Amino acid sequence: MSNPIIESGNVAAAMAVQLARAEVIAAYPITPQTPVTEKLSELIAAGKMDAEYVAVESEHSAMAVCIGAASAGVRAFTATSSNGLLYMSEQLHWAAGARLPIVMCVVNRAIGAPWSVWNDHQDAISQRDTGWIQIFAKDHQEIVDMTLKAFRLAELVHIPVMVNYDGYYLSHTYMPFEPPDAEHVDAFLPAYTYKHALTPERPESLNTVTLPDARLDVDGIKRGGYMDIRHNLHEEMGKSIEVWEEIDQEFQALFGRGGHPVIDPYRCDDADVVIVAMGSMANQFRVVVDRLRQNDGLKVGILALQMYRPFPSAIIAEALQSARHVMVYEKGLSYGNQGALYGDIKSALYPYPARPRLHNFIAGLGGRAIPTESLYQTMKTACEQDLQTPSAQADAPQWIGLQL
Amino acid sequence: MQSATEQIIQIRWHGRGGQGAITAAKVVAEAAFRSGYGGVVMAPTFGTERRGAPVTTSLKISHSKIYDLSPITTPDIVVVLDHMILHEVDVTAGLKPGGWIILNTPRPVEKHLFPGYRTAVADVTRLGVEAGLRKGIVNTGIIGALGRASGLIDIEALADNIAVEFAGRKPDANAMAARLVYDATLMFDNMGGSTDA
Amino acid sequence: MPDPRFKVLTSASTSGPGDAGRTGSWRVERPVIDMSSCIPAKTGKHACHLCWLLCPDNVVSKEIEPAIDLEYCKGCGICAQECPVQAISMVPDADFLEGADSE
Ligand code: SF4
Ligand code: SF4
Repeated sequence: MSNPIIESGNVAAAMAVQLARAEVIAAYPITPQTPVTEKLSELIAAGKMDAEYVAVESEHSAMAVCIGAASAGVRAFTATSSNGLLYMSEQLHWAAGARLPIVMCVVNRAIGAPWSVWNDHQDAISQRDTGWIQIFAKDHQEIVDMTLKAFRLAELVHIPVMVNYDGYYLSHTYMPFEPPDAEHVDAFLPAYTYKHALTPERPESLNTVTLPDARLDVDGIKRGGYMDIRHNLHEEMGKSIEVWEEIDQEFQALFGRGGHPVIDPYRCDDADVVIVAMGSMANQFRVVVDRLRQNDGLKVGILALQMYRPFPSAIIAEALQSARHVMVYEKGLSYGNQGALYGDIKSALYPYPARPRLHNFIAGLGGRAIPTESLYQTMKTACEQDLQTPSAQADAPQWIGLQL
Repeated sequence: MQSATEQIIQIRWHGRGGQGAITAAKVVAEAAFRSGYGGVVMAPTFGTERRGAPVTTSLKISHSKIYDLSPITTPDIVVVLDHMILHEVDVTAGLKPGGWIILNTPRPVEKHLFPGYRTAVADVTRLGVEAGLRKGIVNTGIIGALGRASGLIDIEALADNIAVEFAGRKPDANAMAARLVYDATLMFDNMGGSTDA
Repeated sequence: MPDPRFKVLTSASTSGPGDAGRTGSWRVERPVIDMSSCIPAKTGKHACHLCWLLCPDNVVSKEIEPAIDLEYCKGCGICAQECPVQAISMVPDADFLEGADSE
């Protein structure tokens, strides 16, 4: 076991990428992601990391370089935030459709307009349909561990993985964490070979115009058309949940940490009311849950969602079967509809016998402060009102902390 | 009944961009962690920082892991790196009754009375020069005043961590500044009772 | 390498005749080589072969007398355009059908 250190979340991410022995880093700086790329370029310049740092002129190019590198069988990494993520959006779909095991840290930040450098989850939420696996860390230890596990997952299922962590709340905050030792990481994360690694010995054309129908290739083997390839991506993304759980077990055996790869419930067992949230806000809710139980005798729990895509519908729905109320707090939404996570949870519960009453809260957009006190008060009010006189299912999200 | 949040010691640092409040908070975080506080969280002001403009840094210290990363609104202690900041910012905002104001000032402690709070002052700027630092380096010195007034962490542990953090940047002079300030710190209790210092 | 439980379907193709299906059916004009001007045919030596190199469907053979696989030649005309001695002409496919009818 190595000694804990105190560093920022961005440095934690860079250390994980160094330990993972990523071979190509292509990134464009953007607040609050910048310190990750700075740290990686320093490590490479100092000879502490054997990787090629490709300075690119945009996020679109950053992802394009990662796509090229991964296609040649090289472990590639990038990181971005907010509008930078959106600028690479087209390439995100490409990386997933090409089944390239790229790992990217997304340091979550609001999307302009209006311009904001502060935290929310709209950047990641807006890219939920790209075919990338999306996981969310709650603290620095999870940033390190999830980034390492993300490489393993990506390379086993050949689907790119986005490791999300909150801008500022995690990226620029310092806290203790344990960096895993290099020897164990090497055992956990063997060298990577891509299924279609480009080599001059076996020339191939990758992802050229692919016809609507399946076809026989030059060797007479039946090859999928566009729809077959996309169906396979969807199916195998779903199966990735199981692989993610297996990876967590392997990780636990080596490093002694883990055990809650998909959902991380806290005091949910006997809870009448379960809060669902992602990222650092889920940890903040632990304090709120303790207070509600201690001061108000309310049976409340918090279920942190660690994996957002593929959406673990069955796991979540089963975890919510004994709750009477589910409070979904989120930092992103589908404009004109409702919270994105809320909608997903509602649809996950549809086939299940017990459908707890759902409540949707939008909080912290563009860095609007989320005082623990206000989370406590909104929860207390909601519990007191709804547990006595259950209101009708209302889908309109309640916005926390509006000032106008 | 004590809730998880009330067991956390919250320290808010007031400085100017470039003055080194973040580094100072990090040194204290390290020292606290090495002294057995399992939970330390240090967060600079979220967003952009401009050199010279007033900035704050949050430091939370607890015996167990800290789950609440929201910025400090009700500090137990505020550390003010330069008394001119008092004219620009209300450093007592949200400060808990009886909380500490740790202040770098050349003026006597009686000039800095905050009703309902406790004050600890030292001329950190002068003592820094005495310790061998360039004039205006105050972030390490003020750690001594914080250590003295709060009694949270041993001055030797603080000085050791300063030396480690400042390896290659006058580690001994920086650690010495904290020691000199520790000895010179004057404390005043203006809680509304006796005003004897 | 991917976990054996995962198929990882991608669009990857080795270039060769028929990789994009029965491309011969796309053709409106077919390339016809005049062997009396074609360099390898005329000299009896392996030379030029630009039509073999540049055909996007790999349907031209690298022989002294280049042969074109009309099952897959899509009639793009690249070979005719690139031939340095203009030995290839693009002839409407309909002409051949009519020829067949009149026989
Ligand atoms: S390009 Fe023209 S000259 Fe060259 S081999 Fe082909 S037909 Fe013959
Ligand atoms: S026209 Fe020429 S280049 Fe085009 S497919 Fe046919 S043989 Fe190939």
